[in-house]
Amino acid sequence: MKQKKLLEVYQNNSVKISVRREWCKSCGICIEFCPKDVLVPDDQQKPIPENIDACIKCGLCELRCPDFAITVEGVEEKDE
Amino acid sequence: MNNLKKKKNIKLLQGNEACAEGALLAGVKFFAGYPITPSSEIAENMARKLPKIGGKFIQMEDEIASMAAVIGASIAGLKSLTATSGPGMCLKQENLGFAIINEIPCVVVNAQRGGPSTGLPTKPSQGDMMQARWGTHGDHPIIALAPSTVNEILTLTIKAFNFSEKYRTPVILLLDEVIAHMREKVEIPAPENIEVINRKKPTVPPEEYLPFKPDEDGVPPMANFGEGYRYHITGLIHNYKGLPTSNSQEIDAFIRRLHNKIQKNIKDIIIYEKYSLDDAKIALIAYGSVARAAERTVKLAREEGLKVGLLKLLTIWPFPFEEVNRLAQQVDLIIVPEMNLGQIVLEAERAAQGKCRVVPYGRVDGELINPIEILGKIWEEIRK
Amino acid sequence: MKTVINNYIREGMFPNIWCPGCGNGIVLGAIIRAIDDLNWDKDKIVAVSGIGCSSRITGYVDFCTMNTTHGRALPFATGIKMANPDLKVIVVMGDGDCSAIGGNHFIHAARRNIDLTAIIINNMIYGMTGGQYSPLTPTGKFGSTAPYGNIDQSFDLCELAIAAGASYVARGTVYNPRQSTSLIKNALDKKGFSVVEIISDCPVSYGKMNKMKSPVDMLKWIKDITVSKKVWEGLSPDEKKEKYAIGEFLSKDRPDYTELYEEIIKKAQERGGNK
Repeated sequence: MKQKKLLEVYQNNSVKISVRREWCKSCGICIEFCPKDVLVPDDQQKPIPENIDACIKCGLCELRCPDFAITVEGVEEKDE
Repeated sequence: MNNLKKKKNIKLLQGNEACAEGALLAGVKFFAGYPITPSSEIAENMARKLPKIGGKFIQMEDEIASMAAVIGASIAGLKSLTATSGPGMCLKQENLGFAIINEIPCVVVNAQRGGPSTGLPTKPSQGDMMQARWGTHGDHPIIALAPSTVNEILTLTIKAFNFSEKYRTPVILLLDEVIAHMREKVEIPAPENIEVINRKKPTVPPEEYLPFKPDEDGVPPMANFGEGYRYHITGLIHNYKGLPTSNSQEIDAFIRRLHNKIQKNIKDIIIYEKYSLDDAKIALIAYGSVARAAERTVKLAREEGLKVGLLKLLTIWPFPFEEVNRLAQQVDLIIVPEMNLGQIVLEAERAAQGKCRVVPYGRVDGELINPIEILGKIWEEIRK
Repeated sequence: MKTVINNYIREGMFPNIWCPGCGNGIVLGAIIRAIDDLNWDKDKIVAVSGIGCSSRITGYVDFCTMNTTHGRALPFATGIKMANPDLKVIVVMGDGDCSAIGGNHFIHAARRNIDLTAIIINNMIYGMTGGQYSPLTPTGKFGSTAPYGNIDQSFDLCELAIAAGASYVARGTVYNPRQSTSLIKNALDKKGFSVVEIISDCPVSYGKMNKMKSPVDMLKWIKDITVSKKVWEGLSPDEKKEKYAIGEFLSKDRPDYTELYEEIIKKAQERGGNK
């Protein structure tokens, strides 16, 4: 299995979800209370945004994370 | 005009008033306290006088809170004072330890009354000498001063502030009910004749500041909160940054430094006075109001042909070990009269290292020790 | 992943010391976001705490910070605020810290209405010492010193603060971080003594003894036991026993202690003399 980095960044064209794995303590709060079931636990119970396309950027995972280990940022549409 | 200028400023002051005057001369700007006999006049004086100079007074909900507020105000930059007596001193111990471990300058007055517990609220005692040394838990140093006249209360209050600022430590001023309430003539020194020491500030920019890294003298420069130096203060043993540490080397170095910054400066800190000791064969060691009686005893004894002298201690902690040791080599007998059943005598005995006899003379009935009874004790020991 | 949080924390101290899922970190985040909203100068902020898990908060924020003795954070903060009223002083306490050993200081800080913000992280237990019951442990719940259930009646800390004279009183939860952030912001912005109680989770000490095995279970429980102030008002007395109201309970204007003391200084100086 691929070794995960201390900071894993997941992105689609509207949202960027970053997980600071060195700070995450696998409490499961972000995964359980995500209103759109975006997050799933990996083998260490740390979150992976498997359904990132369902993310509505409500930011509740970030606000409820006791460890400042997950952030949700909107991705700016590029003016072209 | 010239005459007026030269005129000495002499006042009849109560001991507690002199303490307040001394504090103001030393630059006190904050007082937090809780009413308790026989120290309340200090609070009353502060409540009246501090706002006149833009200072702040607050009566807190208890002695614990008073000590906490004093420490908080000092960290925010004001020279701070609190005053109490035995029962309140017990409560102050908790945060006194916090002031010691965080090296926060402040002055704590204990106008001693009889104890234990509520004890004798209106009668004098010297029963808190060891509490001053070891009252708060843990291995710690302390500076404690004990004036014996109203004038000395004024000068030692200034000293107490200066020591606290210079060495970043709380300083305890030990009064007793007698000198706290007694009125005497006091010469108020002109401000220009007073040495006032202020804590040293950091000379480095905030990003380089290590709040608990000592200079060569063992004392770290102190940035007040709000001056642009953001740092952490904790009652936990901490490293140079002020953050908790469990590194045994850092812990050891920290505790030793706290002790050493006092111990290495005992020449500056230890103050005493000698009376008729040059040819003495018997020495009295006394402090506080008992030293007044002992001074008289020396005169009476000399009239009776006895070679008696007095070592009057003004600094109690750190104890003047070397001076007492030298004295023990000179005299045959040391008598330590004190209003307790033997506290400072233990320290004197330790310092004498068996070089002469050291005996206690204690009184714990709430009455002052008088000169005649000390003389009686001298004769009793001579006849042994 | 730089967020506002990173501008206010001592990064070297992370990951934090708290157990997985501990609400202290959620409250820390709410406090930081509230301060960021207010755009305060970091050099003028002082954060003071007492003793307990929650008190470790002060070690993590990049202000002038002070982790004091058990229950005494408020009197330390009182001294700081009196000495320099320009400083913004935030006090973070735990439930045992604030309402047991610090209970007297709490009511007197409220009585004086001194301009401090007290944030009480209420996890209903002494977490750091291993789960002993506190004055905010609900009746009937279990603690390591209440092995047969707690017979004490708990305080309603918000009502206590109102009765004692606070200017601002509110309650939030770690389940509702957005609301908690806004309540804390209101409290910080309020002149006078402001109080925000945040109901929080201690999965290790409280949860395990009270049949909640995980942080998730605890947050679900917190969601279940809390209702908005409006809903609360419509509940029967029996229903109220099982619930906590959340929201803003009081916001009033009363001169703060440091302002009143400035008046004292004026009076004393007008009178003049040295008597």
